[in-house]
Amino acid sequence: MDTVMEKPLTEHIRPDGKPLSLKEYEAVGGYSALRKVLGGMAPKDVQLVVKDSNLRGRGGAGFLTALKWSFVPLDAPKPKYLIANADEMEPGTFKDRILLESTPHQLIEGMILAAFAIQASESFVFLRWAYKVAAHAIEKAIHEAYDAGYLGNNILKSGFDLDMHLHTGVGRYMCGEETALLNSLEGKRATPRAKPPFPQISGLFGRPTIVNNVETLCNIPHIVNKGSDWFKRLSRTEDSGTKIYGVSGKVKRPGAWELPMGVTMRELIEEYAGGMQDGLRFRGALPGGASTDFLVEEHLDVRMDYAGVAAAGSRLGTGTLVVLDDHTCPVGFVKNLEHFFAQESCGFCTPCREGLPWVEKTLQSIEDGKGREKDIDLLHMHTRYLGPGNTFCALAPGAMEPLQSALKYFKSDFDQHIHDHRCPYHAIPATLEHA
Amino acid sequence: MLTADEITEIDKAISLVPVRKAAGIEALKIVQQRRRWISDETLRDVASHMQMSAEELDSVATFYNLLFRRPVGRHVILVCDSISCWVMGYENLVNALQERLNIKFGETTRDSRFTLLPNCCLGCCDGAPALMIDNDLYKNVTADQLGEILGIYE
Repeated sequence: MDTVMEKPLTEHIRPDGKPLSLKEYEAVGGYSALRKVLGGMAPKDVQLVVKDSNLRGRGGAGFLTALKWSFVPLDAPKPKYLIANADEMEPGTFKDRILLESTPHQLIEGMILAAFAIQASESFVFLRWAYKVAAHAIEKAIHEAYDAGYLGNNILKSGFDLDMHLHTGVGRYMCGEETALLNSLEGKRATPRAKPPFPQISGLFGRPTIVNNVETLCNIPHIVNKGSDWFKRLSRTEDSGTKIYGVSGKVKRPGAWELPMGVTMRELIEEYAGGMQDGLRFRGALPGGASTDFLVEEHLDVRMDYAGVAAAGSRLGTGTLVVLDDHTCPVGFVKNLEHFFAQESCGFCTPCREGLPWVEKTLQSIEDGKGREKDIDLLHMHTRYLGPGNTFCALAPGAMEPLQSALKYFKSDFDQHIHDHRCPYHAIPATLEHA
Repeated sequence: MLTADEITEIDKAISLVPVRKAAGIEALKIVQQRRRWISDETLRDVASHMQMSAEELDSVATFYNLLFRRPVGRHVILVCDSISCWVMGYENLVNALQERLNIKFGETTRDSRFTLLPNCCLGCCDGAPALMIDNDLYKNVTADQLGEILGIYE
């Protein structure tokens, strides 16, 4: 472990996890970055410091934040929009929840700074419905920020105006995809939009719009205050900053921790999560949520940054690991994932709408002991047909990532199900248990 | 018929958006909060207030998991069926719930007390298995605790 470890995002979280009030947030330097920016920095200056910091989006795709901002025409007339994507719905992911519930003002300050950088006048927090505690915290914090003059007209007498609204969704994974999120905010079905035009040019209600992840936005005040070199030094690798990593599954201490970008999977599982539960062995993990390829034992020392995980054949994604142990069926595990994707497909494009239920049914029949040899070929076929380039958005290609890697790393498990006509992990035939 | 209170709330939502239709989801949330679910008649009333066809609004209503177009009980139990909860014992929990309530997923108890639904990842994977009842989240739930937890909801 690192001897000196800074945790800018989480260091001020109260032990009881209750949200920091405005006063408490200000007492630990809150809104000083906003004062600094509104005290004389230009929007381009804010973009520049974030660009130099190399901050990459923490929502899963890892796109450079300042590059995304740079596509917004600064001189476009009002309104422009800044949206915090707080629709955390990637299975296995629970990192933004912590920031939303505990430090709502940190998010709000980050949003005001991002809005200033692109000269937006309207902002939304798009929050998933299940985060009731977070909804309460954010609503209260937005009120406090208005009362203190951090939101509204002529913020801190700078001439900059920004309104902020909380929008709670009504449940659909697609809402996390930024163009589908915009459709949902417009009161429509959350289906993705064709790109171009990109949201930075034509987004919400046809206006220039930036959608950033919660963790991404929470980093902005710290980068503005302490500079891009400081931000780069937080990390152990070329990908700068800290990352909120998480581990769930059958480990001793599931949880989430803010750590330098680039810790290894082994450190996360063995040191922070306390290792596997007694009597269980590690078989693999999804490194960044349901739509990332499995990593296995040979990858334990892989650095959990964008390049490190990519070199190992997967994606950092959200940085929250879901662990597979040796007493849990890999086929059942993947079947659970594909059930999720099949259900959450918006149905707009054919490969995804038709292919995912087919994959799910095939996996179910293998799990039930009714699989045939050629089912493996059928699953391989889907990993190609539903892969990148064949679908309208990234949902189906994401769904194929855990499947294709499971077929590679856990092939013997698939074969055994088919040869033995049963799931070897179930004491009783799977068909009876599912009845 | 929409109540005066519902209309006030819906009009407030409409005032916040540049296009009337954009408040459609908000309007459905407002009526569901008061009526538990959205009947065909309610849907038509909301659509008419939104100056939309019922079909257009229904295409939105049926898209979202948490807008209920069929009756639900006084309390809705949402059991997380995503990966971390599945690994940590979701199946046992669901079996115990179904047995105790004597209903399956998608059904409501005869006394209209509970509706049982599966739900996507609740975002508390470090507290798996998890479930929500109305607005309350329960983590690390075991079958033994169900009696006590359900007892809170009349």
